[in-house]
Amino acid sequence: MSAPLATITLARAFGPVVEGEAIVSDEGFSPRYDLDRWTGLITKPGHKLEGLSIKEKICFFPTAKGGIAAGWAFNDIKAKGIAPKAFVFGVTNPVMVQGAVLAGIPITEGWSPDPRTIIRTGDHVRLDPSRRVVELLRRGG
Amino acid sequence: MELTADEQDILAGKSGEAARRALAYQIEVGRFFGARRFVPITNAHVMGDIEVLGDAGLSFLKEMRELGARARIPITTNARCIDFAWAERLGQDAGECAKEREVIATMQGMNVLTTDTCINYQTLYQPHVGERVAWGDTGTCIHANSLCGARTNFESGPAALAAAITGRTPEYGFQLDEHRRGSFIVDLSDATLADLADWGAVGKLVGESHQNYFAVPVFTGFRRTPLSDELKQLGCALASYGSMGMYHMIGVTPEAPTLEAAFHGSVPADVERMVVDDARIEAVYRGYDLGDGDARLVVFSGPQLSLFEMKTLSELFAGRQVARGSACFVTTSNGVLSAARKLGYLDPLEKAGVAVLEGVCFYILQNLTPMREKNGWRNMISNSAKIVNIIGAHKFRTILRRTADCVEIACTGKLS
Repeated sequence: MSAPLATITLARAFGPVVEGEAIVSDEGFSPRYDLDRWTGLITKPGHKLEGLSIKEKICFFPTAKGGIAAGWAFNDIKAKGIAPKAFVFGVTNPVMVQGAVLAGIPITEGWSPDPRTIIRTGDHVRLDPSRRVVELLRRGG
Repeated sequence: MELTADEQDILAGKSGEAARRALAYQIEVGRFFGARRFVPITNAHVMGDIEVLGDAGLSFLKEMRELGARARIPITTNARCIDFAWAERLGQDAGECAKEREVIATMQGMNVLTTDTCINYQTLYQPHVGERVAWGDTGTCIHANSLCGARTNFESGPAALAAAITGRTPEYGFQLDEHRRGSFIVDLSDATLADLADWGAVGKLVGESHQNYFAVPVFTGFRRTPLSDELKQLGCALASYGSMGMYHMIGVTPEAPTLEAAFHGSVPADVERMVVDDARIEAVYRGYDLGDGDARLVVFSGPQLSLFEMKTLSELFAGRQVARGSACFVTTSNGVLSAARKLGYLDPLEKAGVAVLEGVCFYILQNLTPMREKNGWRNMISNSAKIVNIIGAHKFRTILRRTADCVEIACTGKLS
């Protein structure tokens, strides 16, 4: 295995190791405010990721918005086959964690350095919750 | 986490498989936040409706029920997505209505009180200072922490249900003294705040600029006693825009008799101070994109209305009519609706053509996107800053307006 191009350390993390394509957002996230929970598309008008699908992506969000819905919603979108592979938050709230744990989706909080300075949407990354790191494996096309 | 003998027994399955699963789940969540132990709770409040549960959530509830899940402390339910009396008129899906009835029956089978209200703190239960609870719906949490001085984190559906089954919750976040300390000061000296929507605008300004669950704003300078409904709008907006779980208001909230008390000692010299005044609030109203000026949907919901709000709306709508081609919705709880009917507040609203829904919240209504498309609604106007923020995924353009302005818009079909 070749050395990662860059490494981000995390403060808290849950779940198994996952690898996949990154979505990096400048804006926070709520499954109820922003997401169409039938397609996996970000549909809130004006959201910086409007039109993008979170399905099978490793999603980087600086903050969590709202909302109590995530507790059930992550389990729901997982069953529908449109869940992301992981949520990586700068700052999150308990609801996101409660929802991700129920659904078995890896989730993390706190990062250094800020992934927005290193990782771009489309890059390939690996999240290892037990080591509390995200590694940039290769640049996206 | 350190487990008591009782908790070790639960984890060993001595209280049944449902309780074992609930505690194991709570341990994972507690571990994430570094909780060292569990604390007993007295009350829980759970969100669970078919719109957010989906089929997977309903299956989860049924499985827990079959495994013998039973709440060991009182637990009430939040607003749901279907008022069965209105479902057909609103074009809601019959299959989903049947599933919603299954959700209700399954909850009741687990000893849950299906109260269907997001204003439990105004209508059902007011925990005291220091009382530990596990409440879902962010508006209920911020109210419990701030106004009651009780202790809760945002406890989403599965977490609140687990807490009711085990009678405890992991000790982290707002269960701990250290997170209840003020983080920054908001000066309201030059804010008039005469309408409920103005309080929501304050929540938007403060929350949007400080999105952080653990940020605790400390409000100072307000010159009269704020009312429960005003603080309801403030709290719901802070929780919605800022994901915040607590605030202090000097001389109003129980953990903030003084500025020093709100900061658990001396106020840091470099503490952030922001000002919210009338000019900033007016700028909020001016900031909305009105699109093509569509003004055919006015909503009083998210949070549900108190009896006092019902009385105010009843007076504003008396003798008037919702404009032809427009729709106006009010949502409230069963208890408030019953009282409003008895006291004569409901009749003027119904005569005006206002749809008064029970036990639901507008933004979670089952089938809302098809409803929007069928009616051709593009803008949604409301006096609730929370719902203006939260309904976005259904592709409404949303506009905050003061209460009397909303009534005027509903009755004229014109947006100003």
